[in-house]
Amino acid sequence: MKSAPFDYVRVGSLAEAHAVLAAEGGDAAVIAGGQTLVPLLSMRMARPKVLVDIMRVPELAVIVAENDSIRVGAAVRQAELLAWPELGASQPLLALALPWVGHAQTRARGTVCGSIALADPSAELPLCLVALGGDVVLSSKGGRRTVAADDFFTGLMSTDRRDDELIEAVRFPGRRTSEGFAFREFARRHGDFAIVACAAVANEKVLRLAIGGVADRPVARDFKGLDGAALDDALDAFASELDARDDLHATADYRRMLVRKLGRTTIEEARRCRA
Amino acid sequence: MSWVGQSIERVEDAALLTGRGRYIDDLGTPPGTLHAAILRSPHAHAMIRDIRTDAARAAKGVTAVITAAEVTRLGGPLLAGIRAPIQCWPIAVERVRYVGEPVAVVVAADRYLAEDALDLIEVDYEPLACVVHPRDALDPTSAVLHAGLKSNIASDRSFRYGDPEKAFAEAAHRIAVAVHYPRNSCTPIETYGVVADYDPWEDAYDILANFQGPFSIHPVIARALKVPGNRLRLRTPPDSGGSFGVKQGVFPYIALMGIAARVAGRPVKWIEDRLEHLAASVSATNRMISLEAAVAADGRVTALAWDQVEDVGAHIRAPEPATLYRMHGNLTGAYDIRNVSVRNRVVLTNKTPTGLNRGFGGPQVYYALERLMQRIAIELRLDPLDVIRRNLVPSGAFPYKTATGGLLDSGDYPAAVAAAVEDGGLAALKVRQTSARAEGRLYGIGYTAVVEPSVSNMGYITTVLTPEERRKAGPKNGAQATATIALDPAGAVSVHIASVPQGQGHRTVVAQIVADALGLAPKDIRVVTEMDTARDAWSIASGNYSSRFAPAVCGAVQLAAERIKAKLSRAAAAQLNVPAGEIEFAGGRVHARHNPDNALPFGRLAAASHWAPGTVADGDHALRETVFWTPPQLAAPGEDDDINSSLCHGFIFDFCGVEVDCVTGELRIDKYVTMHDCGRVLHPGMVAGQVTGGFAHALGAAVYEEFVYGDDGSFRTGTFADYLLPTTMEVPTPVILHYESPSPFTPLGAKGVGEGNCMSTPVCLANAVADALGIAEIDLPLSPAKLAALLPRGAP
Repeated sequence: MKSAPFDYVRVGSLAEAHAVLAAEGGDAAVIAGGQTLVPLLSMRMARPKVLVDIMRVPELAVIVAENDSIRVGAAVRQAELLAWPELGASQPLLALALPWVGHAQTRARGTVCGSIALADPSAELPLCLVALGGDVVLSSKGGRRTVAADDFFTGLMSTDRRDDELIEAVRFPGRRTSEGFAFREFARRHGDFAIVACAAVANEKVLRLAIGGVADRPVARDFKGLDGAALDDALDAFASELDARDDLHATADYRRMLVRKLGRTTIEEARRCRA
Repeated sequence: MSWVGQSIERVEDAALLTGRGRYIDDLGTPPGTLHAAILRSPHAHAMIRDIRTDAARAAKGVTAVITAAEVTRLGGPLLAGIRAPIQCWPIAVERVRYVGEPVAVVVAADRYLAEDALDLIEVDYEPLACVVHPRDALDPTSAVLHAGLKSNIASDRSFRYGDPEKAFAEAAHRIAVAVHYPRNSCTPIETYGVVADYDPWEDAYDILANFQGPFSIHPVIARALKVPGNRLRLRTPPDSGGSFGVKQGVFPYIALMGIAARVAGRPVKWIEDRLEHLAASVSATNRMISLEAAVAADGRVTALAWDQVEDVGAHIRAPEPATLYRMHGNLTGAYDIRNVSVRNRVVLTNKTPTGLNRGFGGPQVYYALERLMQRIAIELRLDPLDVIRRNLVPSGAFPYKTATGGLLDSGDYPAAVAAAVEDGGLAALKVRQTSARAEGRLYGIGYTAVVEPSVSNMGYITTVLTPEERRKAGPKNGAQATATIALDPAGAVSVHIASVPQGQGHRTVVAQIVADALGLAPKDIRVVTEMDTARDAWSIASGNYSSRFAPAVCGAVQLAAERIKAKLSRAAAAQLNVPAGEIEFAGGRVHARHNPDNALPFGRLAAASHWAPGTVADGDHALRETVFWTPPQLAAPGEDDDINSSLCHGFIFDFCGVEVDCVTGELRIDKYVTMHDCGRVLHPGMVAGQVTGGFAHALGAAVYEEFVYGDDGSFRTGTFADYLLPTTMEVPTPVILHYESPSPFTPLGAKGVGEGNCMSTPVCLANAVADALGIAEIDLPLSPAKLAALLPRGAP
């Protein structure tokens, strides 16, 4: 469990990061908190030629409330976002979900954007980004672009990021008036990747439920106006569309069952929270 | 007042808690030490057609590459406790038989360079059909792992005690269970480590390893290194980061790194990483058990018929098949059952070889036996607790000889059960169950009664041999424990024990015992526990396993203390002009019982044999005493295959209330009560620690942990994201109760207590879950997805 040789570049500015990524492309790996990448390096499952450490780039280390959204820079650790005093008022769903992300120890190192970049289908932060309809700010030597969460996650651990691009920030929409949220998760142990995770957003326009841990990426569906048996039927249909799989910890059937039951509980909680 | 029995502060803790433990990876290494990395098999079963190592040998920093060619040239196979035409080597020879089996070793300037060179080794494998499930190993058409055997059944022995046929013929009922106990491990925090050196001028090996014993393995390693035992100096570091049996399994790597050091001509260090540890250290055995009882109408069991298929993985590694035979003397558990038949088969599969793990055979045996006791109650519409009570070995029957030859040393099982029911609050728990069920919740209560064996008879493993094979091999028995007490020229007291602790606090307890004997304080006694086979007193039973510390090692310490005290008493008697019988040791002084002013400081008396031996009578020189103690009760297996497999037998009675979530199937432990009779309690805090730790391991085995293999033998639980351990967040605090029946067979009356909950708790939880869900069959682990599929119809 010792990594293969690699070069290490600690960049001091965004431009420097862009330059290294432009030169090395797919041979470079961006390292931030390292909570996933370092074990992958040690197991030699990742063998980048160059590690680009972005944690000393000042403009990436900030959380900014701007235009009804929260912009979280690539060097912001999960624990910093959780401790951000405005989090509860600005985006309650994140305040609900962040305690489920790993453990206090891993949150102290792991970054918000790192979790988004990894795109683990069971991870809580990608799920919240999809549930809220947030977006990802990508930049490279060639410029900057913004990709909606739904378009960013393209499959199992894969995203729309190009090899020369850096995830500069993610943007979570802020709380609107009379909006309700709920987050529920079932895992073998607290802090494990979810077997099923549910995030719900209820407002005057939508009743959105997003599910993590089941399909190859987090998936959201609108259940506006549904109730009683109709809601059960719709959840049932949603569960069967998600392409659940068996793994060591749960069967596909079990996951579908949790989507129906836990999903319903989460929806109802978000509705109550709105009211 | 005596020091023994008090929870004094552990002398070990200040260093351990401040990060000053001295573990193998923290210690300095000899100058020029190189580092090893191991190439391991990605296949469960394959022939090795070619290994090309030229590129690796030429790689930066590489000194040597070792394959089967070097190991078979310089070493020998690892002997096992079974007579079979098969060989086990510390490296794959010609074929690989499990994922993770060592194939080559690279020795390089550091571990990074060694792993870089591993990437350059090319191996041509020709995959073979594999055998994963023990059921398939019984199939005569399955692929054979070891050609010398002709099948995958390495041993097939049947035993008969009493008249089981008659008991079954006359029984009102026959009630049976079939279970498959899964594979798991106790996963110590610190992995294996070895620093090996070879001296070509002496043809001798000097090896430091975090080995835990038993030192019956020392001759096995010496044979594998082709040297006599006096040319294998095996040492252990001062601290070891947990073992629970698992570090017995470092021994093939001791041999492998010895050979690597010999080939490299330099000392070689190897620290196992977690991936290696999970895939290829050791596992507990998985076992298929069919167990049937002959039962009278009132629930009394008159006979048991055991059929056990033990899966030891790809090789029979010493001391296997010990897991199967450790419990042989107590196969009737805590019950008075006089007729027993046993069929024991040992099978080989394409999985990691098995070895010591906390509980060692107990979890498997009691899972079947205690599931059976619950089934008897349900099928006969009796209260499960009544069935247990009705069958217990009665009060006043001790020492009680079991049908299979075990000698249950002490106890009062009905009284301990009664105390647990009362003090543990069973009546209130039943009320909770009734009200939970009234609300439609799935709430169950489980019970278990088990006998916890400790101090293994080194001869029990020969029960696997036929009486005739045993006659040929010569008898094996006993359990030599040893302790050495030395007095220095100023009267300071040192003790050495061959107990190899891994954090348990042995040094503290030994100091308590010696302080009591010599009238000193524990802080006056210095205890050393690291082992050096070239210098220290030891025997094959030395080490830390079978919960032998309190009953056996502490017993030897007590005897050594008494012996040196007797000599000191005689010397003091001469100086104080009183009979030796009137000499007392207290408060750092030695005085005449009836005239405390007639006294000597302890240090002055203790120094006499150094400074003024002329004043001490011949034979009374008190300088250093080494005691070896083996209990006479540990006889070799008899002609009728009766075996007293362990010296002491603690008693445990557990009950618990659990709730299964009627949606998620998640198990919640509402209350867990565990009653222990471990004889005399030497240090209550440490006993509570052992029970709590054993309970946590057991909860892991019951709910979270399983080594999973695919049908192709692929290993699917290679990280802690797949192999789940309970953390402090998942482990509730059990209610711990005690009933003290001192053992008449040990010098201090103590019995072992380290493993009992690993035996009692998994099945107690399973019984509670079976009660909650109203189901007859349930295997571990009790995962939510599994339980959700078993929820009663009509649950929400």
